[in-house]
Amino acid sequence: MENLNLILPEIFISLSIMFLLILGVFKNNSSKITFNLSLFAILITTIITFNETFSVTRETLFNESVVIDSMSSLMKIITLIGGFLVLVISSTYLKTFKIYNIEYPVLILSSILGMMVMISSNDLIVFYMGLELQSLALYVLATYNRDQLKSSEAGLKYFVLSALSSGLLLYGCSLVYGFSGSTNFDIISNQLNSEEYVLTFGIVFILVGLAFKISAVPFHMWAPDVYEGSPTTVTLFFTIVPKVAALTVFIRFLYVPFLNLIDQWQMIIVFLSIASMVFGAVAAIGQTNIKRLIAYSSIGHIGYTLAGLATASNEGIQSSVIYISIYVVMNLALFSCLLMLRRKDQYYEDIDDLSGLSKNHPLLSLCLLLILFSLAGIPPLAGFFAKFYVFKAVLEQSMYFLAIVGLLSTVIAAFYYLRIIKIMYFDKEKDKYDTEHSLWLKFSLTVSTILILVYFIFPSQLIEVVSRINII
Amino acid sequence: MNFPILSSLILLPTIGALFLFFIKEKEGDNTTIKYVSLFTTIVNFLISIYLWIGFDQSTSSFQFLEDRTWIEGFINYKVGVDGISILFIILTTFITPLCIISVNNSIKNRLRDFLIAILIMESFMIGVFCALDLVVFYLFFEAGLIPMFLIIGIWGGARRVYSAFKFFLYTLLGSVLMLVAIISIYWITGTTDVVQLYESGIDVKYQNLLWLAFFSSFAVKTPMWPVHTWLPDAHVEAPTAGSVLLAAILLKMAGYGFIRFSLGLFPVASEVFTPLIYTLSVIAIIFTSLIALMQEDMKKLIAYSSVAHMGFVTLGIFTLQQQGIEGSIIQMISHGLVSAALFLTVGVIYDRMHSRLISTYGGLVSVIPKYSILFMLFALASLGLPGTSGFIGEFLILMGAFKDNFLVAVIASIGVILGAAYMLWLYKRVVFGKLLNEDLKKILDLNRSEYFILSCLAAPILFFGFYPDPLINTIEVSVTDLINMHNTNIANK
Repeated sequence: MENLNLILPEIFISLSIMFLLILGVFKNNSSKITFNLSLFAILITTIITFNETFSVTRETLFNESVVIDSMSSLMKIITLIGGFLVLVISSTYLKTFKIYNIEYPVLILSSILGMMVMISSNDLIVFYMGLELQSLALYVLATYNRDQLKSSEAGLKYFVLSALSSGLLLYGCSLVYGFSGSTNFDIISNQLNSEEYVLTFGIVFILVGLAFKISAVPFHMWAPDVYEGSPTTVTLFFTIVPKVAALTVFIRFLYVPFLNLIDQWQMIIVFLSIASMVFGAVAAIGQTNIKRLIAYSSIGHIGYTLAGLATASNEGIQSSVIYISIYVVMNLALFSCLLMLRRKDQYYEDIDDLSGLSKNHPLLSLCLLLILFSLAGIPPLAGFFAKFYVFKAVLEQSMYFLAIVGLLSTVIAAFYYLRIIKIMYFDKEKDKYDTEHSLWLKFSLTVSTILILVYFIFPSQLIEVVSRINII
Repeated sequence: MNFPILSSLILLPTIGALFLFFIKEKEGDNTTIKYVSLFTTIVNFLISIYLWIGFDQSTSSFQFLEDRTWIEGFINYKVGVDGISILFIILTTFITPLCIISVNNSIKNRLRDFLIAILIMESFMIGVFCALDLVVFYLFFEAGLIPMFLIIGIWGGARRVYSAFKFFLYTLLGSVLMLVAIISIYWITGTTDVVQLYESGIDVKYQNLLWLAFFSSFAVKTPMWPVHTWLPDAHVEAPTAGSVLLAAILLKMAGYGFIRFSLGLFPVASEVFTPLIYTLSVIAIIFTSLIALMQEDMKKLIAYSSVAHMGFVTLGIFTLQQQGIEGSIIQMISHGLVSAALFLTVGVIYDRMHSRLISTYGGLVSVIPKYSILFMLFALASLGLPGTSGFIGEFLILMGAFKDNFLVAVIASIGVILGAAYMLWLYKRVVFGKLLNEDLKKILDLNRSEYFILSCLAAPILFFGFYPDPLINTIEVSVTDLINMHNTNIANK
């Protein structure tokens, strides 16, 4: 008998989704209650995940097709907390656009379910199932504000390109299956050897598909458009939660089935990483829309996480996980600021709208200042440490070129973060924004900013948690 | 463990800044925030004086050590002072209160934010001078960019945005390579603790590259020719208090870094690259002195003179002679006092006339005599007249240079003459001559606070000019041991 307790979180969240759907069908005006119940469901799932799986070092289920280890439980918790906070700060925004419906929390829950399946998958088919579940939910979320042209366009674009990438991924999976005769990661790992050159194609296709999902250059084209067009809260979701899941899968693929083929993929990852870091930094300079700018900046940040993966060491993986966790906090804070730029039921998302913010809203702009300096990687803020760990791991492997290019691109990236700060602090002020915000929005902004600010006092805690991840 | 006196020095200004952050500001009434910040910085100054009194001059080992685990098994928060760093800490704590007094006259809007930025800046600067771990040093070194960027950008002059960006990006670009070097040192030797690194040394084959990476950061910060161009811009646009902090303390971080890290950690590479430093220093001294002669803007002139003076400092450090290094340290302290004073004197007339152009002025001596006397003292100290602290520094540096390389010393001596030329010419044009500008007739002489600040700066300049022993006694043992360590390392290679 399998130990079903280990996948209790997934079971619980699927049951909650079904229940919420039924509730939505049979009860009128149930959007508020579905919202609250889904928050509750995520909270309980987080607690279950923590209790049942956090102390597990490594267990497999269902003919080893699902794996529960310290990485999967940590990443699931990050996903769940990210999803919870996104949902909790969405409501005002959704109400403003009159799209405060039951589908929103249900879609978010189902994409989270898909990601949880992805995160603990140890089998090509299980992985693909999870990926498709989360993608389908995300397509709908991108078009969620369907009365707006941009939102529909974003969803359509995302659907077409993402479907293409899923196709590539599936083709890669079939090639790998053809050479190894199994869909199980562990068996693939034993069967594969680098003699088979056609296998490289399989790996490349899989990597391309995954690079697409985390929007690494040169497979990033969809990101700016989708990020700009989607409703802001959905953009927030896009920038943090699926990235955590996709990164986990990336790690899993590289370091379980393909570990022996490291010569084949290491250069690809280095290339993806360098291209993302440099392109993310350069392309963001000309942007005027904050959401587009965040899209490019998140491309750059993905470049840094990939730099950690390229090292083929446990330190590298751990540094990537640290990077993505800090990145989640920073992005959450950044979007909380963005959601506060509201005046009479209208949201502002151009960089120029921030002009002179520091005079009218000193506290908000101080938070944004800290967040931006942190994103730029200036010590002593958390963003610096994220980069520091990554480059520490990179330099351990003597990959000097990667480290130097990465650090130089932080200087370029610093320019556009500084530009926002300049607009906020040095330019003339505009009209005031509304100062009344929901408690949760204020909460998430305050907590995440304080985390960014005081991280340097307690850097060891996060490292301790992450250091349990030993894949290789 | 004793009372963590260095940590309290670092933390106190930050705590003061937090206080300021939570004080409710009444419209038009700034007295509370001013007194809070002044009180904090003066207490900090007194603590640092206490530090100096308690400091044991007979040893070169680090004192007041604090060593705490920060990141398990990787970085320790380690701070301590030796004879070299203690003077810079005192300089920092001495200059900051004067800056805060000086804002009375120059900063009109958002005074509270300004004082917070200055206080946080002070924390970081003290941190730089007592950090004994490379990562901790880097952290403080880089963190200083944030407040300085805001000080230049928010309260600066007309081209403040350009200058703030240039300052930030130049310095950041220089520093990232240092970060690569620091992490590499960790992987090569297994530690980033400076004291351990002094003992164990770094393998010779890595030293050249690592030295260059550190150099890229310090050269920008010093600033050395040809990466000095951010300095005139930043100085000119920054508000007076910002220029003072920049010139008096920020530039010293790099000189200190050269002594502490480049010489201490990479002795062989330092020997290899000495010709490079000599060349750049000599170019800086001659070239920027000539540029300074041509300036129309007083602040820019002083900024270029800073580049020239820092040229002397780098020259002195890399003579690797006792006199040269001691001279460099004294020159840095003296330049900290003198350039701060010069920027403040320019600030005084700028606040009244809102012009920094030399051509606006002339004949000031007949309207504001007190001002003119103090200005003369600082101009003479800047050109290194015997009897002022500027002389001791330059003299020792040139002595060291003559021992090491005759040609370089001769060329650098020409720089001294040029220094006299531009300073005296500046003084002549501003203070003497005919009073042509009608507006100048109504100009007021120094008010009480200005008089107080400038006298505070004049006193140590004169005192150390006649009696430099307290400075030399403090640094002597540390410098001797540094050179001994250097020589044994060279001998062992």
